[in-house]
Amino acid sequence: MTDFTEDMSEPPQVERQPMNRLVMRCIQSRWRQIVTVIPFFWLLVFFLAPFFIVAKISLAELAIASPPFTSLIEWTGDGIMTIRLVFDNFVYIWEDSLYFDTYVNSLKISVTCTFLCLLFGYPIAYAIVRSGPVAKPLLLFAIILPFWTSFLLRVYSWMGLLADQGTINNLLIALGVIDEPIRMLYTEFAVYIGIVYTYMPFMILPLYANMEKLDNSLNEAAADLGSKPTNTFFKITLPLTIPGIVAGSLLVFIPATGEYVIPDLLGGGNVQMIGRVLYNEFSRNSDWPVAAAVAIVLLFILVLPIMVFQHYQGKAAEEQ
Amino acid sequence: MADVPAYERPTNMMFQSYALFPHMTVEKNVAFGLEQDHVPKLDIADRVHDILKLVELEDFKKRKPKQLSGGQRQRVALARALVKRPKLLLLDEPLAALDKKLRKQTQFELANIQDKVGVTFIVVTHDQEEAMTLSSRMAVMDAGRFKQIGTPTEIYEFPESRFVADFIGSANIFEGRVTEDGADHVRVETEFCEVYIDHGHSVKAGSKIWVALRPEKIRLEKSDTIAEGANQTAAVIDDVGYLGETSIYKVRLPNGEIFDVTQPNQSRPTHAAQRLTWEDKVNISWDPSSAMLLHS
Repeated sequence: MTDFTEDMSEPPQVERQPMNRLVMRCIQSRWRQIVTVIPFFWLLVFFLAPFFIVAKISLAELAIASPPFTSLIEWTGDGIMTIRLVFDNFVYIWEDSLYFDTYVNSLKISVTCTFLCLLFGYPIAYAIVRSGPVAKPLLLFAIILPFWTSFLLRVYSWMGLLADQGTINNLLIALGVIDEPIRMLYTEFAVYIGIVYTYMPFMILPLYANMEKLDNSLNEAAADLGSKPTNTFFKITLPLTIPGIVAGSLLVFIPATGEYVIPDLLGGGNVQMIGRVLYNEFSRNSDWPVAAAVAIVLLFILVLPIMVFQHYQGKAAEEQ
Repeated sequence: MADVPAYERPTNMMFQSYALFPHMTVEKNVAFGLEQDHVPKLDIADRVHDILKLVELEDFKKRKPKQLSGGQRQRVALARALVKRPKLLLLDEPLAALDKKLRKQTQFELANIQDKVGVTFIVVTHDQEEAMTLSSRMAVMDAGRFKQIGTPTEIYEFPESRFVADFIGSANIFEGRVTEDGADHVRVETEFCEVYIDHGHSVKAGSKIWVALRPEKIRLEKSDTIAEGANQTAAVIDDVGYLGETSIYKVRLPNGEIFDVTQPNQSRPTHAAQRLTWEDKVNISWDPSSAMLLHS
């Protein structure tokens, strides 16, 4: 009986197989397209669409409405469509020195922090690469460990450390090094500490990945050819770690420029960074169009280094 | 020399991986060593040009190492090490990364270049053939110790130990007992025949000793009669390997021991009967000068 039912069920399967195969073949031949569509789709939904929304808002006018801006497209009477693009917001940002100064200050802080991260991160990455088989995973672990705690929590703990009555000042007073607390919290110094501390792993990890690939026999060969260790570093190691330096620097520079939480918590009102201005426009002034314009300008300021990065990546890929 | 830092030693080294600087052109790679010595710029250009000409790479001087083939990279590495005119050049497995055909060709090139520049080369290799082709004097090392030092011929024809005999080339090694130790000859008794050697060895009569025979020094003849006397014995072909230029036969001796015998295929076998094949009864024999006594 069972044999009989099995026999019955077989013919339709045979018929279905070519159909399945057809679908499979279609997927196989289109596989490349399917694979490339996924990242494009991702970019479209999570980058391009939001970008156009923000761009649209930046070209609108403030209005007492919800959401608080005018719409670009208006239908007047007999099916006539009017598109109104207002560039006032950009002009306003350009003319009000507050914004210009804040952009410059943001760039100053992020460039300095990137440089500091590189200055401290490079030797750290180098030391990790050169460390022994036991120490290396532990050191790498130590670099990644901070990510296990909330970013906000870590910034708050810096507030506790840097405050007038904070750990560092109390310790220094107890040791008799100083008589009065040094003002650290709510200064630019605190913002530098916060940013360098937070973004250091983003500098160290790409540098580590880059240095790890370097062949130590290159150093030996340089020494064999008469090059002293410092010379070898500048002529061989440094040029070969440029891709890591560029990658790490961008990973620090780009988010540091738009940083909001660190200047707000550690800098208080004393440190103007564009992230805070943007937030204030958006939430306190409820001026969405100006906030959107600030964001668009910030984006274009950051696109430049990204393009430089892409250029380097392309070049590196070409050489390989 | 161990106390002198590498960058002050008057020697140079060619690395097994070549260790070419990937971000520099061929020209820059070769010039690097001279720049460290603060050689005047014009001299650097001249010397780089000359050495690249020697290794036949003048047309590639603007290329990066990644744009070169394995053999070209090997020559850049050699040029980079040679351009400093070292007192001694150490080559660490210089040909190991090349394929077999290129390796053979490069062996002779390397020897020619050495001849032209006149620098002493110390070549580290695990390829015995390479060692034989390249060297005028070779040392066999085992676990960091010298086993034997000599010319390739000395090492091959007169190995002192089992290790050397077995490591350089192939050898049939068997045990025997010295029966007679004369000034100009030695007789050794083995399980299958007497071995007569026509030159003296300082061995004690009655002592046990290892004897080695190179496969190519053994003659092989088809024969049904059992051979008697020194340096010959009857055997049966156990296995045949046809390699083209030579054939390798594994022959079973009366005591069950298997010998490797290689024979050049000097003429084409015109009919099957001429060909030695499985289970053929043969006689093997060798010259009185062929057997080698191993002292350890």
